[in-house]
Amino acid sequence: MAQSTTRAERRAGDSGATDFKTSMSTRYGLDRAFTVVVTAAALVGIVVLAVLLVDVVRDGSAMLSRNFLTSFPSQIFPENGGVYPALIGSVWLLGLTALISVPLGLGAAIYLEEYAEDTRINRIIEINISNLAGVPSIIYGLLGLGIFVQLLAPVTGGTSVLTGSLTLSLLILPVIIVATREALRAIPASIREGGFALGATRWEVIRSHLLPMALPGALTGIILALSRAIGEAAPLLVVGVALYQTYITRTPFEGYMALPTQIYDWISRPQVIFQESAAAGIVVIMVVLLLANSVAILLRNRFQRRV
Amino acid sequence: MTIEGGGTSRRAGAWKGNSRARETRERIIKYLLTACAYLSIFTTFGIVVVLFEETLRFFLDVSIVEFLTSTQWDPPGGDFGILPLVYGTLMATFIAIAVALPVGLLTAIYLSEYAPQSLRRWLKPALEILAGIPTVVYGYFALTFITPFFRDSVFPGIGSFNALSAGLIMGVMIIPTVASVSEDSIYAVPQSLREGAYALGATKRETATRIVVPAALSGIVAAVILGVSRAIGETMIVTIAMGAQANWLGSPLDGMQAMTAYIVQVVGGETPRESVTFKSIFAVGSALFLITLTLNLVSYWFVRRYREIY
Repeated sequence: MAQSTTRAERRAGDSGATDFKTSMSTRYGLDRAFTVVVTAAALVGIVVLAVLLVDVVRDGSAMLSRNFLTSFPSQIFPENGGVYPALIGSVWLLGLTALISVPLGLGAAIYLEEYAEDTRINRIIEINISNLAGVPSIIYGLLGLGIFVQLLAPVTGGTSVLTGSLTLSLLILPVIIVATREALRAIPASIREGGFALGATRWEVIRSHLLPMALPGALTGIILALSRAIGEAAPLLVVGVALYQTYITRTPFEGYMALPTQIYDWISRPQVIFQESAAAGIVVIMVVLLLANSVAILLRNRFQRRV
Repeated sequence: MTIEGGGTSRRAGAWKGNSRARETRERIIKYLLTACAYLSIFTTFGIVVVLFEETLRFFLDVSIVEFLTSTQWDPPGGDFGILPLVYGTLMATFIAIAVALPVGLLTAIYLSEYAPQSLRRWLKPALEILAGIPTVVYGYFALTFITPFFRDSVFPGIGSFNALSAGLIMGVMIIPTVASVSEDSIYAVPQSLREGAYALGATKRETATRIVVPAALSGIVAAVILGVSRAIGETMIVTIAMGAQANWLGSPLDGMQAMTAYIVQVVGGETPRESVTFKSIFAVGSALFLITLTLNLVSYWFVRRYREIY
């Protein structure tokens, strides 16, 4: 602590000593230039986002219609094709992934925050979770291929929508766990102590007080994680998502299509009409994601105001 | 610990819950929750076992020395030297970091030192949206907007697939990662350091660049390492916009193949499961896993080791 302070002080001293002779107008000029540069940098991302949205909407507007949402993709009449099976597949993925990952993520977070003592194994679990968050999504695809597609084929049905959901669940679990833990940590200890003092067991305190209080924060993380899952293409390609099918997915054990992989399939075809289909598909997925993100931001703002 | 209350409240008869049932329920719930947490260990274990088992089988057919040192990558011809794929990945990553490091760091400085509170509340979520855009969308944008833009303006000879567009857009993708992790550590620099600098006559820029940024350096380094790791693992942008042709020491204006793009190419084709080519995706995946794991550990260690505690 002392060391860092002295280092900072020394730097401040150095700059003061050398800069003292320079002209103030130069220094203030540089300051103004720097203000412009940092402001511009902050706007780079926003500008790219705007250009991207305009470009995609412009490219996709020709294809966008109600027909696009309710038709199967077509190779013979691509202008009549649509995203229907991919949309249904993505809804399946979203639902199953939420069913699998939310209870597991909440459970792991509650254990780590409320039960775990500071033992070696628990520290390993913590480091492990933060590492899993950094594993590339395509590696989860290879994991899904080895475990869910091949090893557990009798249970999952091979390249089924259940396999896709299990793979995506493992992918987003670390995000859910981290968000839930932060929400739990923000709850003052007095709430827990009050519950214990009234004779409640640990689980009773968690169920009646901690979970409801942590839910808005956890929900933000869950929505962000699920919207990441909807947008993922790479792991699904590895675990065998269908790039074309003539039926609608009706059970968890059937094959499935998905929006991002449908878009990828269209992008990789050379004809212009498929590029337009891809752009229209992107508009559909972006609308879904922007809605999800807005809900997450609203929830967080409400949550932050309360605390 | 709290369950003891149930045991000692014998005298207050009406009070007494079924303590044994409660105890059992508490134990079962604790085991269930513990199992959830241990799942992460099994996930890691599963990744390691799946990757390394198939990789070992791959090395029965191809020598590990050839895999790591040869610059020939041509799976149908039986050449498995991973270096051209590593080159493709590193080229895209390098371009991405050349964008994301300056822009991300300056954005972080703006957010924590310059932006008015109201704008900050609006700008941070907007950046998070940037982080939430599916990577196929970025890939589409790089392929159908950025590359034609370069062809019509500065680089008429640029290939339809090229590392430059893919890298630039990947840089945009990781700006939020670099910006938000850097901003956390810049924000954590105590106000007293800034006030000290002002008291010595430093201007706002001098305070930001010579006091605040050096004090937050460990977090910034960690942010950049995290960005590199994300760029290396990114799949769809490089698959869509950089191409599927391994290209050792190619120019950034030409197409090349990244490690991740190779995996997608093989799983999308008709390659038989038991062929050497199919096993090679696990070898490439292992390399990818080891590289990103190392980077993540270094980043984690960096934050812990060099965090300035005030």
